[in-house]
Amino acid sequence: MFDDLRDLYQEVILDHGKHPRNFGKPAAFNRTARGDNPMCGDKIAIYLTVGADGTIQDLHFDGRGCAISQASASLMTEILRGKSMKEAEALFGYFHDMCTKDEDEQGDHGTLDEDATDKLAVLSGVREFPMRVKCATLAWHTMNAALHGEATTSTENASF
Amino acid sequence: MSDLLNPTLGNAPYDVMRVRQDFPILTRLVHEKKGRAGKPLVYLDNGASAQKPRAVIDAMSHLLENDYANVHRGVHFLSQRSTDLYEATRDKVARFLNAPSRENIVFTRNATEAFNLLANSWGGRFLKAGDAVVISWMEHHANIVPWQLLRDRIGINIKVVPVLDDGSLDMAAYEAMLTPEVKLVSITHASNVLGTVNPAARIARLAHAKGILVAFDGSQAAVHQPVDVQAIDADFYVFTGHKLYGPTGIGVLYGRKELLDKMPPWQGGGDMISTVSFENTTYREAPYRFEAGTPAIVEGIGLGAAIDYVSALGMSAIQAHEQRLLAYATHRLSEIEGLRIIGTAPDKAAIISFTMDGIHPHDIGTLLDRGGVAVRVGRHCAEPLMDRFGVGATARASFGLYNTEAEVDALVDAVQACKAFFG
Repeated sequence: MFDDLRDLYQEVILDHGKHPRNFGKPAAFNRTARGDNPMCGDKIAIYLTVGADGTIQDLHFDGRGCAISQASASLMTEILRGKSMKEAEALFGYFHDMCTKDEDEQGDHGTLDEDATDKLAVLSGVREFPMRVKCATLAWHTMNAALHGEATTSTENASF
Repeated sequence: MSDLLNPTLGNAPYDVMRVRQDFPILTRLVHEKKGRAGKPLVYLDNGASAQKPRAVIDAMSHLLENDYANVHRGVHFLSQRSTDLYEATRDKVARFLNAPSRENIVFTRNATEAFNLLANSWGGRFLKAGDAVVISWMEHHANIVPWQLLRDRIGINIKVVPVLDDGSLDMAAYEAMLTPEVKLVSITHASNVLGTVNPAARIARLAHAKGILVAFDGSQAAVHQPVDVQAIDADFYVFTGHKLYGPTGIGVLYGRKELLDKMPPWQGGGDMISTVSFENTTYREAPYRFEAGTPAIVEGIGLGAAIDYVSALGMSAIQAHEQRLLAYATHRLSEIEGLRIIGTAPDKAAIISFTMDGIHPHDIGTLLDRGGVAVRVGRHCAEPLMDRFGVGATARASFGLYNTEAEVDALVDAVQACKAFFG
């Protein structure tokens, strides 16, 4: 019945959805933001520890949402640990394009960590499910808001 | 209200397979792809918007091809023709609700606009700081936010009737809430999430005993059962066309005439005036003073065709058919382990909200959709109610006059497959 849904719900996603990594509010952090997807009721909070040199030393998330949003947040926390703010922004741009644009229309985001882009590729299936793009990008929008010191973000205020 | 019998059906039992033939969209397949057959559409999102029978589609295209012009102003042939057809809908709506007169019927854009009209016009004129409006925990945002805007503007209070664990309205709490500062009770006749049908006549009787007016949101109730605004003694009653198998862009506010007559206009412009000068403008009588500008002519006429259609089937017959589906679907879904139905009140319209252990409603929605089953997932424009039941969102199957038991089976099969997929 759901054969082609395996493109969307790959094993990695189901795994991260069921067993999210870096889940829960940490004892210490220095930047945070809450994200809200009012259309489907997803809520997420991102907690960042950004070093003096602008490196993301640690990041966690909590909240509730669908398998896609939880897996995306979980993957993101794995990928961004140790990255600079600039690298995080570039990966956000890359990921956003991957979720919303056909391959030939995706922008140039500079040289990116291949290990990170390989991991993100498991979410490329959402491109075929326009109603689910916001699920995948909510964590990244929220991370970006936290990085830039905004307390809250909503998928309804972002351009997708 | 009396149900008109369909002349072609006579007193025949409700023939859902014949009814389905009236809805062109129901024969289509979804998710067709090269090398893969599509899935038959199982449309269970009627609570969000219902599909349209051929009669409605034809009425609108016939108008545009033969009779269309602006209404209420031309002396020419087509303008008169359009006006007659458009105004005939007002009579049809009045009969549909058993309103005393066509003059009780105000056309709006949708139910949301009807509540905004009520809050702005009636609320703006007759409420003052310290007065209270009673709503309930199971309201759609359309019957929450307009009152909050009024609260922020003039300082009224909003009191919220709680909902019991089974999804019933807490009538004891409601009764206790009817204190002297309360001037209006504005409550849904049927919940779009829980399916609960509230005891409208009793709600009105208790309020009227204290001199309090009552407005009902009939967006869900009016499509599932006969509504008689005089029998329930509603002061105001709201519904929307597109959930009643009619087009979008047309809704209704019923109001008691003596109340409408005292209410000021809330939007100004053409069509709602008697005379205009730069010094002094006078307004038309109700309901026309509430209808500024060129109305939704095509949609209004489409709504008339929709009311003709459901009236021919009979709202009681539709209700009986949907109640059978509701009982069957409730029984089948209850057998699925890990599935929780939110809303189990004794009196329900054919709406079932549910959650599943370990599977988010959004994922349920995507999987069911791939099986051809269209349901709504999310907060259903009723965020406080989601919080009340401790869920972020639900999946909702809402049934209409054309749904079948086989479609309930398709829903159950898809839910089972969804469970296996994420299991």
